[in-house]
Amino acid sequence: MTQMTFARAINAGLRKSLENDPKVVLLGEDIGTLGGVFRVTDGLQKDFGKHRVVDTPLAESAIVGTAVGLAYRGYRPVVEIQFDGFVYPAFDQIVSQVAKLHYRTRGAVKMPITIRIPFGGGIGSPEHHSESPEAYFTHTAGLRVVTVANPQDAYTVIQQAIACDDPVVFFEPKRRYHDKADVDESGDPRRAEPMDQARILTEGSDVTLVAYGPLVKTALDAASAAADEGISIQVIDLRSLAPVDYGTVEASVRRTGRLVVTHEAGQSGGLGAEVAASITERCFYHLEAAPVRVTGFDIPYPYSKLEMHHLPGLDRILDGVDRALGRPNSLSGLEG
Amino acid sequence: MSTDGTGQGGEHASSSAQRTSGPVNGLVQLITPAGERVSDPEFDFWVRDITDEQLCSLFEDMSVIRRIDLEATALQRQGELALWPPLLGQEAAQIGSGRSLRDDDFVFSSYRENGVAYCRGVDLTDIVRVWRGNASSGWDPYSINMATPQIIIGAQTLHATGYAMGIQNDGADSVAVTYFGDGATSEGDVNEAMVFAASYQVPVVFFCTNNHWAISEPVKLQSHIHLADRAAGFGIPSLRVDGNDVLAVMAATRVALDRARRGGGPTFIEAVSYRMGPHTTADDPTRYRDPNELEDWAARDPISRVAALLDRKGLLTEELQQQVKDKSDAVARDMRDGCTGMPDPQPLDVFKHVYSTPNSWLDRQQDHYARYLASFGDPAGATLEEGAR
Repeated sequence: MTQMTFARAINAGLRKSLENDPKVVLLGEDIGTLGGVFRVTDGLQKDFGKHRVVDTPLAESAIVGTAVGLAYRGYRPVVEIQFDGFVYPAFDQIVSQVAKLHYRTRGAVKMPITIRIPFGGGIGSPEHHSESPEAYFTHTAGLRVVTVANPQDAYTVIQQAIACDDPVVFFEPKRRYHDKADVDESGDPRRAEPMDQARILTEGSDVTLVAYGPLVKTALDAASAAADEGISIQVIDLRSLAPVDYGTVEASVRRTGRLVVTHEAGQSGGLGAEVAASITERCFYHLEAAPVRVTGFDIPYPYSKLEMHHLPGLDRILDGVDRALGRPNSLSGLEG
Repeated sequence: MSTDGTGQGGEHASSSAQRTSGPVNGLVQLITPAGERVSDPEFDFWVRDITDEQLCSLFEDMSVIRRIDLEATALQRQGELALWPPLLGQEAAQIGSGRSLRDDDFVFSSYRENGVAYCRGVDLTDIVRVWRGNASSGWDPYSINMATPQIIIGAQTLHATGYAMGIQNDGADSVAVTYFGDGATSEGDVNEAMVFAASYQVPVVFFCTNNHWAISEPVKLQSHIHLADRAAGFGIPSLRVDGNDVLAVMAATRVALDRARRGGGPTFIEAVSYRMGPHTTADDPTRYRDPNELEDWAARDPISRVAALLDRKGLLTEELQQQVKDKSDAVARDMRDGCTGMPDPQPLDVFKHVYSTPNSWLDRQQDHYARYLASFGDPAGATLEEGAR
């Protein structure tokens, strides 16, 4: 066990992947000499060379598009999109090429590309640096979408994503980059829990609280606060956003009868809607209340002095839990 | 015919590089529209190995792909294909370049380069598979080292550049060759591809067929300067070549390939040609095109001029013409038979190959749809009427 930050854990996972597979190459802006704006790739170019850790010109479509060509050639590219809001110039290459080439070629061409995207808010940045664009990608057939919520998962899942023969969008909760925890580097990622499995973090009997990425920590804090009031919350870290491990969520909701799902992204058409709908379809008669979504608003990401109003925090999550439980809450007395 | 495509550049390689820097005036041309072989002190060198026999073979290739194209257009008119993008008029650009490539080069093309696919040895049935609606890729790209032709305009130029980065990493001397049209040169992806290719000096050839029309938009809407002149802004040497002259196209392509194999980086080729047909069979060019323009270009036909050259040389014998006709007929027949005899895909194929590993969302949808089909007493769903689905 080594104590390391979230960012360092991803760095260690990338290093392992570069060591284990000569076909792994990293591409991105400022990832070489600088080591990335968040230092996630710190030291990797020095140790693996400029042809494996490639500083690219500033063109996101080209970063992803050349990764497609490298994958055609048998490489396993890992691209870094510097910030969530910078991914859109690459959207066509991700959606029309990366996601579809395996289907298009009836399996002849594999696209084992990992697209790393630091996402989410809470760091006081200007526009385009705090977005949560995961639903665009979970809606795209052919992509796998994962995120991680602790340094151990960061270390393990980045390696699983790189080893996966399908393209994986790997969302990194940037406001947790500096969180520290023990990481066991001795395990084999191939034998670890598969990346498309959700994980139950706390046992609970009253409410199922589904979170992912940056809000997992908030959800755990909320569960702990609720416990003080005698409310027992089962927190689930989804980890995989496409596909969602509904089996785990469904089993939990069958016991608790109540579902709260939370994310930073806006509500409409978000992943929370998909989780609520799917769980309602699967276990309607086990539900004691309508599923509750606690999410960001349907607004462009706000200027930073207002971002804490947009981001679901502990109290808003607990307010949602109260709604699910039929306890007094901010919307009590309001119809619909 | 086969050529090694490598040439032996030496001094010539550098002198051609000289010629390709800066604004490009005029076209590289080795055969005039009247079929006269004109000498060129630089570019003759690159086709010096082309024998009379090989010239006959190029004539045959161009005639065969014109026939493939006309047959596919007919198949579309007869309802056997949903759509077809004709290459009529662009035979020299496709054969001259396609026949310059080595097997281990890799092609990233648009949907119009069916003549290049022919050069790569594609199965004839595979040419029409996509257009019949039976598949999204006609062939396994690795079987002929040619990617699935790209429909998103210009996106493939980035794939070629990335592939070339891989070639460079591997220390190989293969080349990635990407084909695109005049319209594509306005796309961000094409410009980004040239930035990356120049930055890393990777072995990629940008082969731009300027056929003058992007559906209804004339090339002057895309650019007020020669497309070849844009390359200089990226620091990429370029050539502007008569795209209806098979020898000139071959010479230019060989210059570019030779440079790439020697580590000299990318080259941009503008092959000036003309789209004699519609954009696709769904298009109606009479709505936007002056018929006089068509006549002008008909006089510069790529096949007629080689026929005239062969005639001057006394090579256009009855025997050759019969041989070309027989080959074209046979190829067209094989393609038609392959097209009409193609088995329909099965309903549950719709779920195949979305992922290469199991996916719980999709597995569930497939399971539910299979049950739905089975509810008609027909598990395969093959005989289900369209309205009942």
